[in-house]
Amino acid sequence: MVDSNGLSIHDRPNSYIGRSVPRPNLSRLLKGRGSYADDVKLPRMVHVAFLRSPLAHADIVKIETDKASSASGVIAVYNGKDLAKVCSPWVGVVTHLEGMRSPPQNLLAVDRVRWQGEPVVAVVAQTRALAEDAIELIEVKYKELPLAVDMKTALDDDTEVIHKEYENNLCWERNVNAGDVDAAFAEADVIVEEEFQFGRHTGVTLESRSIVADYDPGEEMLTLYQSTQAPHMKQALFAKHLELDEHKIRIICRDVGGAFGLKAHAYGDEFATAAISKILGRPVKFVADRMESFLADIHARDHVVKGKIGVSKAGKILAIEIDDLTGIGPYSVYPRSSGMEVNQICNLTGGPYKFDNYRARGRVVFQNKPPMCQYRAVGHPIAITVTEGLVEMAASAIDMESIEMRKLNMVADDDYPNKTVSGIPLENLSHQASTDKLMEMVNYKEIRDEQKKLRKEGIYRGVGFAALIEVTNPGPAFYGVGGAPISAQDGCSVKLDAKGNLIVGTSITEQGQGAESVISQVVATAVGITPDKIKVISGDTENTPYGGGTWASRGTGIGGEAAAKAGKVIRDNVLDVAGILLQSEPNTLDIQNNQVVNKSDGAERMSVAEISRVVYYRGDTLPKDFQAEMMAVQHYFPKSYPFAFTNSVHCCHLEVDVNTGFIKLLKHWAVEDCGTVINPQNVDDQVRGGVVQGIGGALYEECIYNEQGQLLNGNLADYLVPMAVELPDIVVGHVESKTFESDLGAKGAGEAGTAGAPAAIMNALNDALMPFDVRLTRQPFTPQKVLEALGKL
Amino acid sequence: MKPSNFDYVKPKTLEETLTLLGDGGRDSVVLAGGQSLMPTLNMRLSAPDLLVDINGLDELSGVKLEGNQIRIGALTRHVEVENSSVIAENCPLIALAMPHIAHPAIRNRGTFGGSIALADPAAELPACICALGAKIEIVGPGGDRKIVAKDFFKDLYETDLKDGEIVTAVEIPVTSSKTKIAFDELSRRHGDYAMAGLAVNAIMEGKKIENISICFFAISATPVLAEGAAGILNNGILDDDSLGKAIQQLESDLDPLPDLYASRALKMHYAKELLKRNLESWMS
Amino acid sequence: MSKFVQVTTTVNGENVSRSVEPRTNLVDFVRYDLELTGSHVGCEHGVCGACTIRLNGEIVRGCLVLAAQADGGVVETIEGLSESGKISDLQDSFLTRNAGQCGSCTPGMLLTADSLLEENKAPTRTEIREYISGNYCRCTGFEAIVDAIEMTSKKRRGGS
Repeated sequence: MVDSNGLSIHDRPNSYIGRSVPRPNLSRLLKGRGSYADDVKLPRMVHVAFLRSPLAHADIVKIETDKASSASGVIAVYNGKDLAKVCSPWVGVVTHLEGMRSPPQNLLAVDRVRWQGEPVVAVVAQTRALAEDAIELIEVKYKELPLAVDMKTALDDDTEVIHKEYENNLCWERNVNAGDVDAAFAEADVIVEEEFQFGRHTGVTLESRSIVADYDPGEEMLTLYQSTQAPHMKQALFAKHLELDEHKIRIICRDVGGAFGLKAHAYGDEFATAAISKILGRPVKFVADRMESFLADIHARDHVVKGKIGVSKAGKILAIEIDDLTGIGPYSVYPRSSGMEVNQICNLTGGPYKFDNYRARGRVVFQNKPPMCQYRAVGHPIAITVTEGLVEMAASAIDMESIEMRKLNMVADDDYPNKTVSGIPLENLSHQASTDKLMEMVNYKEIRDEQKKLRKEGIYRGVGFAALIEVTNPGPAFYGVGGAPISAQDGCSVKLDAKGNLIVGTSITEQGQGAESVISQVVATAVGITPDKIKVISGDTENTPYGGGTWASRGTGIGGEAAAKAGKVIRDNVLDVAGILLQSEPNTLDIQNNQVVNKSDGAERMSVAEISRVVYYRGDTLPKDFQAEMMAVQHYFPKSYPFAFTNSVHCCHLEVDVNTGFIKLLKHWAVEDCGTVINPQNVDDQVRGGVVQGIGGALYEECIYNEQGQLLNGNLADYLVPMAVELPDIVVGHVESKTFESDLGAKGAGEAGTAGAPAAIMNALNDALMPFDVRLTRQPFTPQKVLEALGKL
Repeated sequence: MKPSNFDYVKPKTLEETLTLLGDGGRDSVVLAGGQSLMPTLNMRLSAPDLLVDINGLDELSGVKLEGNQIRIGALTRHVEVENSSVIAENCPLIALAMPHIAHPAIRNRGTFGGSIALADPAAELPACICALGAKIEIVGPGGDRKIVAKDFFKDLYETDLKDGEIVTAVEIPVTSSKTKIAFDELSRRHGDYAMAGLAVNAIMEGKKIENISICFFAISATPVLAEGAAGILNNGILDDDSLGKAIQQLESDLDPLPDLYASRALKMHYAKELLKRNLESWMS
Repeated sequence: MSKFVQVTTTVNGENVSRSVEPRTNLVDFVRYDLELTGSHVGCEHGVCGACTIRLNGEIVRGCLVLAAQADGGVVETIEGLSESGKISDLQDSFLTRNAGQCGSCTPGMLLTADSLLEENKAPTRTEIREYISGNYCRCTGFEAIVDAIEMTSKKRRGGS
């Protein structure tokens, strides 16, 4: 949005854009004054706990709850059939993933359980402990059924079909064909093939999923204090399935203790909590404990991908082919579906490179494991690991430096706008500039010299790269077109109070990544008010504009632009008043540091607080035909491009102890291009935190299952996430290629770290082990796998 | 999860404690540091009727040098052992092991005796006291007794403790000027239970080895003394040949149990690797 | 022995006395009985460190100590340490360096960092990482936290 002088938000004086201002809401959290859903305590509040299925596939023969019902402190006990009367089942299918299918899913299991951890009975009691006591008194008789656990055999003829209405366990299949793949492979000088595996992992937000549901039968109003990323989406879903009016559902989402995608989905236990509140007419709290979180939160990844690349002797990529298989549990997750990860993999593979021939098949299968759905960097680590693993292998096969091969094939920075091989539009990317910047940061020659020297001493170090594209700022093409009530647009309201302060409401939500800080900085810049005079409200459907929330790296790019627009309207409106009071043309005035100033010389004319005072208390001094508007609401969604792609390039340096199989990360570098950087420190820390979650997937995290579909490491001691000692310092660099869709030019930055780190680690690991002529492609890369590959076991 | 309910009592004397534990009608459990007991209660893996909190028994706490023995009271917190100059000077093996035990907040509560009585196969201290030839002091309804550490650990979380008995202290012989020790463990993350660990205690003069005890942890159901390997090294010169033979002997000495992250073969490999890299460092 | 035990303790300088079920652990006691919700619950099995509380001057896992064990003792939580100003410089460093994101681990992390700096005035980055190794943070990747603790240590040494 360019103003009458041809200036954009980037030309504002005293800009807070590009400044590492401390996050306004962090002070509160540092003093223990956060307000999370579990901190909410309401009059007459009771607690619900769930009996969960111990089996992965069984018929429920009988549920005996009499003893539990009469146990101390118990208020009510409900099974799946009871709650199905209050809350309708859902179907986790989006229509734009053509051919996808998934049967209706009840809140609690009805007649049959399909994964270990599926909720079966809800017990409501005075305290959580009493509810758990009563759960021990419930007897459920199960009849075990044959299982479909391993996704690799889920489609076999002799495998149990989980849903009898279907002929097999296929949920969805996608095929992509671009160019003439077979001809290109026939032409290729070198063809390299490999199978890559990605362990099933989960989000492990430190604050588990939490909800307090408070139904007031007088108003037929349901207030939900929920730890979520998408309040308006949840509002729509609760309304639909509990048959309530949407405007009589209020989602209050105060502080959220980490989300990473897993709090953007509908969960039976949370809906059961709301349904029970509706039945009982009193507040009900559910806080998932850590053990049940491992069974009941969505899981992620779990892919096997066969990849194939054909290159010319000169290193030109001629064709890529992938065949991806993923297991998603017994249901596609509502409302986003469990097809998106495969969809992304098909879309993103080969993303940074110019090549014409591409074939992809993605298959999504049902199995008796917990539902799998979108988690940070959906699909990216897989597409990128496959692409960059193949590129690395191809470079090695033609004896070319892999970074040179990447540079040779990258779409040139001046060749954008462009399209991916399968036709997805890409607006403005900077692979070349980012790679150049990375190579300036990484002392590559020194690392290689040291590598040679150390190998002679029996020390094996490796260096690995990964280039990538990342989906951010998704438009309606992501979910809305598929029928899901998920808004692609966001809104921002800016209200000038009577003392010249701004009360700002945003529909994006804060989970710690700095969303409120971004909004505050953008509004401060757009209006000319200092951040100390700005209060940002988020996470309340009753007090913020309608919007999507914060997921898919969309908050800054979409919510931030709405804030920039709303701020501009308020500035103009204030200056209209100032023009009248100062008898000046509004377009000769500006606002800086809370003062109306002359645009020409910056001289202060009057304070914004004084304008507030006049507007609110002395409207009689303004002309009769003038009405001041001191509140503005603006909305925004990306219209020209379905997504604002960003790009990034990583480098990992590590050391492998070939006697123990231990991998020590020495350093990690990432250059990413998220367009306009609003708060550099926040962005750097988003990338660092993201890299560490990528490290988790690459080296540590895996939900380990046995053949009976039983999770073997469902606790925090046995499920390993990366911790402080084992992590390297992470160096982050930026290139800023703005999106021209918005005035702000910001794209997302939340997922590039997670997206690229696993591929860089894999390539560095295989580089380190080059002298042994072995290759690891099955994540996580545990010491066991390293030593097996080295033939030491 | 929250624990099942239980009664709680905090006796003031050892006699009172034994009386409470001796009440055969109730399933009672000693609460010392609680750092392993509490998680099992919180997960409802165990649901005792009564918790007997022994944290009021001050006489069970403290590190003392008594002649050529160090006596570590069962209630002595890990942090106190970690910071003890008596331990640092007279029992460096324990001093080396302490920082590997979990994390500071855990070491502030966890107790020496608790770690011994729990007998977690991956814990550091049971292996150390086996390698050191320590004795465990036990008090129970039948009176006092002492047992050599290696005889105390019977099976997975199973010890020689009888109903109503508690560990009161551990006696460790002080080291001599010729004592040579090694402590090492392999864990994925700092403070985690080890995938494999080793505690070695020996007398070394020049390259001659005497009285070597080699104890592995996180390999089998209990700490394991590699007696065959020790036999090969004892009263001999430590060199590549003897070490090689001792390492090979581990194939017979050890019967590793696989866990989530380590197969039997990996455990064996790690045992050999630990012995190799630690004793090689003695040669240089 | 009865269904409830009486716990009389000093919490953040205030004397409190409550009757609780013996099974009530210290973090649930401060959170739900005393409404001091700054201490968080992350795992209830002693792994994550979100429930770190000071008991008798030492940091402990609030989920691995019974409220009954705090009887006669001194309990300090993030609220008390904030109000007394004891860790204000540490909090300032965390703010400046963006060393907290979602805030779940933050109170426990601050108490752990405070304990480290009491024990070790000039920790190296490696020592900082080791000391906080029992505190999960899922957002920051830890580097900002290490930076903030290091900044505080330097300020304390360079300052008055």
